[in-house]
Amino acid sequence: MFSNPDLQKLVFGRLTWDAIPLHDPILIVTFIGVVLGGTALLGAITYFRFWGVLWREWFTSVDHKKIGIMYIILALVMLLRGFSDALLMRSQQAIAFGANEGYLPPHHYDQIFTAHGVIMIFFVAMPLVTGLMNYVVPLQIGARDVAFPFLNNFSFWMTVSGAATVMVSLFVGEFARTGWLAMPPLSGAEYSPGVGVDYYIWALQIAGIGTLLSGINLIATIIKMRAPGMTMMKMPIFVWSALCTNVLIVAAFPILTAVLALLSMDRYVGTHFFTNDLGGNPMMYVNLIWIWGHPEVYILILPAFGVFSEIVSTYSSKRLFGYASMVYALVVITILAYLVWLHHFFTMGSGASVNSFFGITTMIISIPTGAKIFNWLFTMYRGRIRFEVPMLWTLGFMVTFVIGGMTGVLLAVPPADFVLHNSLFLVAHFHNVIIGGVLFGMFAGITYWYPKAFGYKLDPFWGKVSFWFWLSGFYVAFMPLYLLGLMGVTRRLNRIEDPSLQVWFVIAGLGAVLILFGILSFMMTLFVSYRRREELRDVSGDPWHGRTLEWSTSSPPPDYNFAFTPVIHDYDAWWDMKRRGYERPREGYRSIHMPKNTGTGVILGALSTVFSFAVIWYMWPLAALAITGIVVVAIVHTFNYNRDTTIPAETVVSVEAQHTRMLAAAQA
Amino acid sequence: MMIPDRMPSRLSRAIILAPLAVVFGGLLSGCNVVSMNPSGDVAVQQRDLILASTGLMLLIIVPVIALTLLFAWRYRHTNTEATYDPDWHHSTQLEVVIWAAPLAIVIALGALTWISTHLLDPYRPLGRLDRNRPIPADVKPITVEVVALDWKWLFFYPDQGIATVNELAAPVDVPINFKLTSASVMNTFFIPALAGQIYTMAGMETKLHAVINKPGVFNGFSGNYSGSGFSKMNFKFHGLADRSEFDRWVGKIKSEGKPLGREEYIALEKPSEAEPVRYFGTVDPGLYKAILNMCAYPGKMCMSEMMNIDARGGAGKNSQANRTRLEYDNRHGQQGDEAPGATFPASGRESRSDEKPEGVKSGGSREEPSKADPHKGHGHHDHGGSAPAQLNN
Amino acid sequence: MATQADATADREEALRFYETEDHPHAPATLIGFWLYLMSDCLIFAVLFATHAVVGRNYAAGPSPADLFDLKLVALNTAMLLFSSITYGFAMLEMAKERRGATLLWLAVTGLFGIAFVALELYEFSHLIHEGATPQRSAFLSSFFVLVGTHGLHVSVGIVWLAVLMVQVAQRGLQEDNKRRLMCLSMFWHFLDVIWIGVFSFVYLMGTLR
Repeated sequence: MFSNPDLQKLVFGRLTWDAIPLHDPILIVTFIGVVLGGTALLGAITYFRFWGVLWREWFTSVDHKKIGIMYIILALVMLLRGFSDALLMRSQQAIAFGANEGYLPPHHYDQIFTAHGVIMIFFVAMPLVTGLMNYVVPLQIGARDVAFPFLNNFSFWMTVSGAATVMVSLFVGEFARTGWLAMPPLSGAEYSPGVGVDYYIWALQIAGIGTLLSGINLIATIIKMRAPGMTMMKMPIFVWSALCTNVLIVAAFPILTAVLALLSMDRYVGTHFFTNDLGGNPMMYVNLIWIWGHPEVYILILPAFGVFSEIVSTYSSKRLFGYASMVYALVVITILAYLVWLHHFFTMGSGASVNSFFGITTMIISIPTGAKIFNWLFTMYRGRIRFEVPMLWTLGFMVTFVIGGMTGVLLAVPPADFVLHNSLFLVAHFHNVIIGGVLFGMFAGITYWYPKAFGYKLDPFWGKVSFWFWLSGFYVAFMPLYLLGLMGVTRRLNRIEDPSLQVWFVIAGLGAVLILFGILSFMMTLFVSYRRREELRDVSGDPWHGRTLEWSTSSPPPDYNFAFTPVIHDYDAWWDMKRRGYERPREGYRSIHMPKNTGTGVILGALSTVFSFAVIWYMWPLAALAITGIVVVAIVHTFNYNRDTTIPAETVVSVEAQHTRMLAAAQA
Repeated sequence: MMIPDRMPSRLSRAIILAPLAVVFGGLLSGCNVVSMNPSGDVAVQQRDLILASTGLMLLIIVPVIALTLLFAWRYRHTNTEATYDPDWHHSTQLEVVIWAAPLAIVIALGALTWISTHLLDPYRPLGRLDRNRPIPADVKPITVEVVALDWKWLFFYPDQGIATVNELAAPVDVPINFKLTSASVMNTFFIPALAGQIYTMAGMETKLHAVINKPGVFNGFSGNYSGSGFSKMNFKFHGLADRSEFDRWVGKIKSEGKPLGREEYIALEKPSEAEPVRYFGTVDPGLYKAILNMCAYPGKMCMSEMMNIDARGGAGKNSQANRTRLEYDNRHGQQGDEAPGATFPASGRESRSDEKPEGVKSGGSREEPSKADPHKGHGHHDHGGSAPAQLNN
Repeated sequence: MATQADATADREEALRFYETEDHPHAPATLIGFWLYLMSDCLIFAVLFATHAVVGRNYAAGPSPADLFDLKLVALNTAMLLFSSITYGFAMLEMAKERRGATLLWLAVTGLFGIAFVALELYEFSHLIHEGATPQRSAFLSSFFVLVGTHGLHVSVGIVWLAVLMVQVAQRGLQEDNKRRLMCLSMFWHFLDVIWIGVFSFVYLMGTLR
């Protein structure tokens, strides 16, 4: 590139042409696929002249609904990547026995399991959860947007920036080979030189900032922006779960930020926080990362609990059983989430009393969780259960999750954990709760709120096909792993010595194929539903006979959500309104103040991506340029005082009139 | 509408029961489910604990699953005979039961946990040989000092004055006291048939007490991912029929084994995969302590000495020389060995290529220091790839 | 009849399901910013905890007693405490709607802040010159990162202060600017509180033990 090596090193740091993986056919094919797909997509956008719409109405949008949808799209795209990693791992483990080394050498395989974990947690589960909360919470509390709409847009683009950083590592350089938590000393500068761990650190650091800010945003929204009359104990249970989740986010993610910052100091500056030598202490990292990591799993599962609570109650056409105890259970789980982190490393040699303490606190969490399961059970009791697709996901969850909960409590017994720690039993356990809990919950939630977001229901046939593939695929893929764990097979193995175990890995691989069909059927659901959107149209705004405020507005809701701020008298506000003969207002509309769209979030996200790439490759001048750019753009943004726009009363009148016409047509 | 309504309960029951049957069938029939059929008393107690805890929890799990399916079926909306009570949402008695039932299980489980965790604390010397036999007064435990290396296991027998790589042996019904450390990254030492696992960490010593009750050959491995060679970091543990057989094993090593001093250790410590079994008949007696204190390399200061100085308030400002004497993690980088988790550009190969990295393959390259620089003979951009040592400037 | 009409009106009042008047929500900025500060507090908590764990790992090198110049640190502390007081004066002037005086006190605050950062940089360069670098030992790593993170916060605060002064000069003490000054005020006092922790736990206890 440059004839002068010093100049090249200054500008490009450690980046050379060698960083492009031209020797790996898997990656070349993937890369060609991404390039072709990307070109086709960009071409289509250009051809149909979507760029203007995309930029004006989506990328720069501060509307919580659009940001929520973009989060979920991001998650679904990343799910494809994370799941491809899963298929690669399952197929490698299904063939690599004895003398057969399989097709993925450790050097590649180790990156795949690291990337799989990182992507599934940070860029699939988190955006799904954040997206759903973003979409639903303001609607459920009768607000027109979140407390800080620009911050919301910025958070989203930071998450995208983190995801982009991980994706770049696929084609430029390599990803970490450390496992998803990058434990030192293995992840330190001396044992993991190269860009892998740096990609890991910066992807998480940037996405983590986005998550933290969106957590602050949603807490402020829930505390400050509830509709009049909605006291804390009249909030929908999903809002409660979102509140607890975001409290967990705000109290946990700074710890991740700090511990990753310390690791990057070790790697970039040569400090000795987590090194073996000169007084460093790697066990400190293990403690700190799990003080974040354990609350993180509750950050993922609590919103799913909230989704299930809404769904059980809606499809049983019955008020949620034990609302107050549901709320207390959520709060207790939130607090206890911080008192259990050590159960992830009982085998590190803590004393028996310390281990028992953390084991027992972990078991105590199962009490509120158990209470919640019973509450859902007794919500179904004496209900009228409609088996729509979201309800199927919920039933699948209830049966599957208790099994995962049981194995979880088993792992919380320290002497049992000595045998099962780091084994495939553990892998099966957390997939049991994350797939059976979080993912089922998110699919349930997406199916449930889809008509609200897009104005038509999802096709129930393909939805059911997807559900049954996922459910059966989960059991076929992970039950063998429980068994293998009991056989003493540890996780992250690139190759297994004992050929008699192969049959179980082959079964698990078939399970992964079933899940693949589940994912394909879900994509089919989206496609078929779009084709049949007129048949599936929801004109009433309330397709499921819902109970909470989001169903009181049109589907999709207008930009301003509610023409008039609702006033709440009871829990299940919309149910209550319908019962008391609520009449939709037809006149008296006023102009509405709304925040203006802004491109600052996109620009800051893009600059952050450039910054992280530059820092990963030691391209210091570019890094300095990017960080200066970030500061300047942020400061310039603060000089813009004109952030509001007004939707004129005439627009409100015409939008509401159209909803009135649709309602009338539906009744006729 | 009828068919989909029937689907969840019937199909899901079938789908759930089939794999469960497979799992439990496997547990009952399979003799290779080592955690369920171990050969050492500690592992046997851990197995019993797993079964007892599972049993306790099934008391609540089975009714929940059954009730879920039952309610889903009974209150399906096509069943107009079932009671419909849309406003029933509270019952104090029921709520008490809901909270109390899991609480009762957790109290039982918590008591079990507290007792068993103390009883089975790996640091606690054994109290018995097995269920029926206390430890005889005259029995002398075997001490084994374990070092996890990249990617093989080094076992010292200090009382016998021998050492082995990737082979461990002990007579049945004799307590074994393991002392464990690591030479580089974290691993866990795990022989499922013998006892639960415990971490090995550089500069630190963990402990494990166990006893094997049946003769046989058992698998041992690392349970914690530690880099490229992790999958092959296996060894065999031999449970020998009696003390005399153990003595014969020791004798064989003493006669066949090579000497193990610092130099041999430094060569052995370099990352290598799938190491064959090795015997060392004469062993530098201070070597394990030196490895534990990260001062097996010449000229290094031991951790114990450093901690001693630190406890007395440090060595003052004029102590620059101590820094290099205490640097430990950079030893591979300085010698040009590929680090366990190296990625591009520090790994000296084409990104993600299938070829095995130099220095990682067993044997061979270790004797050839000229190959030490992973960038020689490779790469058109010599200046682009940085040696690991560069990262720490 | 009248009473009946009133009763109907009452019932309608009770069953009002929407507000016809617009009630703007109380701004959430302050609670949002307070939440941010709590999260920042946790970052410092991690750094303090780290220092508690490795703060005595001198790696056979210098200890706090060898390195710290408590007089310098006391002077530094005084700078930051004064800056907090002068920020308080700025806020009092803001409440009285006096733009000039507010700006003056803000400038004084900024100068104290710059003095604090300058003294800290002097201390750091002195330590590094003596060979007590962040790479020397875990104790020094955590010292530099903890104190440096605080210093970085103060530096960001100074930049923010400068930006706000320009904005106040341009647009006066209007509502947005007042809210921003409140946020910076919380930030500034928060850094003061953190510094008191740093001074006590890192410098005093480090030197005395």
